[in-house]
Amino acid sequence: MSAGNGTTQRIGARRDPGRLVIETRRLTKRYGAHTAVDDVDLHVAEGARYGFLGPNGSGKTTMVRMLLGLVYATRGEITVLGRPVPSRVAEVLPEIGAMVEGPAAYPHLSGRTNLALLDAAGPRRDRDGRRRRDRVEEVLERVGLGAIDRRPVRAYSLGMRQRLGLAGALLNRPRLLVLDEPTNGLDPHGIREVRDLLLELNAAGTTVFLSSHLLAEIEALCTTVGVVDRGRLVLEDDLDAVRGPTGRLVVRTPDPDAAARVLGSAVAERQDHTLVVEAAPGGPPALARHLVEHGVPLDGLVEQRRSLEDVVVALTGPGSDTSRASRRNGARP
Amino acid sequence: MIAVELVKLIRRPRTWVAVGLLCLLPAVVAVFLATTRIAPPPGQGAAFLSAVLQSGSLYPAAALALVLPLFLPIAVAVVAGDAVAGESSQGTLRYLLVRPVRRTSLLVAKLVSVVVFVVGSVVAVAGTSYVVGVSLFGAGDPVAVVRALPEVTGGGDDAVAGTGPAAPAGGGGQVGSSDAASGGQAGATRPGADTGDGAVVADDQAARERAQASVSSLSGEALSPADLAARLLGAMGYVTVSMLGVAAIALFLSTVTASSLGATLGALAALVTSQVLVSLDAAAAVTPYLPTRYWLAWVDFFRDPIFLRDITAGLWLQAGYVVVLMLAAWANFTTKDVTS
Ligand SMILES: Nc1ncnc2c1ncn2[C@@H]1O[C@H](COP(=O)(O)OP(=O)(O)O)[C@@H](O)[C@H]1O
Ligand SMILES: [Mg+2]
Repeated sequence: MSAGNGTTQRIGARRDPGRLVIETRRLTKRYGAHTAVDDVDLHVAEGARYGFLGPNGSGKTTMVRMLLGLVYATRGEITVLGRPVPSRVAEVLPEIGAMVEGPAAYPHLSGRTNLALLDAAGPRRDRDGRRRRDRVEEVLERVGLGAIDRRPVRAYSLGMRQRLGLAGALLNRPRLLVLDEPTNGLDPHGIREVRDLLLELNAAGTTVFLSSHLLAEIEALCTTVGVVDRGRLVLEDDLDAVRGPTGRLVVRTPDPDAAARVLGSAVAERQDHTLVVEAAPGGPPALARHLVEHGVPLDGLVEQRRSLEDVVVALTGPGSDTSRASRRNGARP
Repeated sequence: MIAVELVKLIRRPRTWVAVGLLCLLPAVVAVFLATTRIAPPPGQGAAFLSAVLQSGSLYPAAALALVLPLFLPIAVAVVAGDAVAGESSQGTLRYLLVRPVRRTSLLVAKLVSVVVFVVGSVVAVAGTSYVVGVSLFGAGDPVAVVRALPEVTGGGDDAVAGTGPAAPAGGGGQVGSSDAASGGQAGATRPGADTGDGAVVADDQAARERAQASVSSLSGEALSPADLAARLLGAMGYVTVSMLGVAAIALFLSTVTASSLGATLGALAALVTSQVLVSLDAAAAVTPYLPTRYWLAWVDFFRDPIFLRDITAGLWLQAGYVVVLMLAAWANFTTKDVTS
């Protein structure tokens, strides 16, 4: 598909991006001959909830690792919180909370001890001057692990480990959260709790950058979306703009034949009792009046909006195209 | 960060299992010796095992000889090989690095933690074996194992091996402690070389007579407690330094691979190779630079006077290994992608 080779698409006019907390320029990472991240220009605005969306193997984790200075880029530049990475990553990391590719802890120690060790490994002075013990208890409380006992992490469920990882990311009261698939392994209840927590933190000023292969998760949480496909950023825009009106109206009627006759060439698509119509001047009210005056009964009439799914499917490579084709065929046996 | 690493070391059950096993082996040997009073004949068995029958206070030295060839290097290679690779495969490495911990500080903290483990192990082995030795064999009057080495002090490269031409692979050179350490004894205990065993005092006459055959190899002045303590401390320090070379090899490999087992086995493979080459005449050209070449030079602390030549060479050699390998580990670790 052409989208993969061109520059990153923007659908609506981007809102003023404001101050950027993450910016990459032509960022590329190769593992041998394999290009995991390919020429990516990423822009994460301060205060945003940025969803980095892509299927498995598309380079999300590699991207996150480069932002944190764990993996060194083959080419390109990274700026995080105004400072270049990886050269000055040590200055920015104290203001970042991160989860990369699942949680990790020392299995023979309790969750509390793990956090205390992680905390003690960090910079000696806390920006807030909180005591270490209070810090640990506070983040445990935050992620809903306030009541954990002395059991070793070995005995934790995946969900508890995930929360523990999140607690670790919150230890330093970060300005920026970088989370790689943070809800993996959580049940729906847990996913909702994490989402609420992230919304709460974001409302208090924390910028959230999270990656996911789950479209619904990003749609439910994020204000901005970046779509990555085989290492390339194919779309980066505000979610509102992405899901903007398409300039068409969706008409549902018990008498589609009559409607089609009345509307003539304006009908762009027709399926059962639903017609998609090019918008005429006057918008939905004008069209409704027009149809009713010609005796066409209406069940409903709304503006057509893009779904994130449609946009993603249209932009991503042939793999996704074939899956769309098969879904359509499957829908009409 | 160093404190964190030490807490991790202390709270890890494996640490205590390793130290426990290290202390157990000499204790088991001591029990057998004490119940049977059959000492290994001179020239066989671990160094000092014959000597301890008169003086249990020499048992720490015997214990070091027992754990040095195998147990101690394995324990050190396990701990050091796991240091970075373990964190990497467990996934905790990335969380430490983004905490943030600078890569250099992490490596230094790991090195310190390994050094503490080595020192702790050696002290634990020496301490427990002193208690075991004195309680099973009595304090006795320890003597220097080897009174003097005139051939050696006279100089000459052949003599560096400590035993003269009759036993070219002996002295501090050989790794298998049985060969090498007893070679050290044999050098001064060839029939006729003894100048008497006046220093040997055993409270129990019967035991003394039974032990006589095996302790006749001992000669030299009685060691004062302070002298003995100093020599033991020297030997412990030297063994510790010898193990730092192992630790450096394992730690370097630990930054290369994400597999603790791979790093540990790699380090042990290097040691085995070194041992093989040390005893191979054809490899004489490289022998002085092999990591295990001077491992057994600690025995020289029990010569009278203390024979420093191999000890000094061994210290420099280990220092070289530690410096070069730690620089390599640092260069590798600070520039590599952490993808685990
Ligand atoms: N250490 C590595 N060595 C070689 N290839 C890698 C390595 N890490 C990731 N890759 C490859 O890079 C691509 C992107 O991987 P990743 O960033 O983990 O994707 P995602 O997180 O989106 O699933 C994949 O094709 C993966 O096989
Ligand atoms: Mg991933």
